[in-house]
Amino acid sequence: MNIISSYLILGAILFCIGLYGALSKKNAVIVLLSIELMLNAVNLNLVAFAKLGLHPSLTGQIFSLFNITVAAAEAAVGIAILIALYRNKGTSDVIDMDSMKR
Amino acid sequence: MNNFLQFFSQGENIAFAVFAVCIISGAIFMINFTKVVHMVLSLAFTFISLAGLYILLQAEFVAFVQVLIYAGAISILMIFGIMMTKHQTEEEQPKRPMHSLFLLIGVIGLLGILFYAIQNAPFPAPGNFQPGESNTQAIGELIFNQYVIPFELISVLLTVAFIGAIILAKREDE
Repeated sequence: MNIISSYLILGAILFCIGLYGALSKKNAVIVLLSIELMLNAVNLNLVAFAKLGLHPSLTGQIFSLFNITVAAAEAAVGIAILIALYRNKGTSDVIDMDSMKR
Repeated sequence: MNNFLQFFSQGENIAFAVFAVCIISGAIFMINFTKVVHMVLSLAFTFISLAGLYILLQAEFVAFVQVLIYAGAISILMIFGIMMTKHQTEEEQPKRPMHSLFLLIGVIGLLGILFYAIQNAPFPAPGNFQPGESNTQAIGELIFNQYVIPFELISVLLTVAFIGAIILAKREDE
């Protein structure tokens, strides 16, 4: 078995755990963290392909750096939305965030 | 069994196995803990183990960025978020048994499909990886020559996102 498939399977497991957490948890902060976990699985695949892919180059590492930047921006905006919502509705529970359904 | 012993005869593979166990156990503990702060701490452990895996893949700069941004900034940001909102010390799960059952089936099915696809994909032998004299210098040269326009776009995106976050979270009382 090639070593790259171990890295890819580890990334797949990490992605599935993140997906489960994002869809099943109640606290909105934990949902944001699960999304970060899924982005990290993608980063792992990018860095693994940068070294062990067919044409190894540094491009995968640069893409993962861009990915980390976008993830940081996403976390900041997500926390800001969460705090604004908490100030208005008094809850951090994703079950209660259903104003668009009514 | 022979294959197994051969896999663990190399130090690199042993390090990979140790880091993989740390990563998966951190993520699983994140799912299973009941207190929110413990969840964030176990996920920070996962992020640090991922940095170790990046060092194994000769991506030192990405590993240090991972420690700085994820284990430092994002974990602290999430802890701020938890402290500023009301968090019950115990997080009880929503009582939706059918929802979680179908979710579990779907996630395990997705994992099975991915596993099957990865096992059946042919991976040719990798070429020779040239990380350059210094990984940081090589990445810097590549960013400021070939990828300078995406770099500038990313910096504009980061500025806009942070200004937007500050405006959103500002207390509006006048």
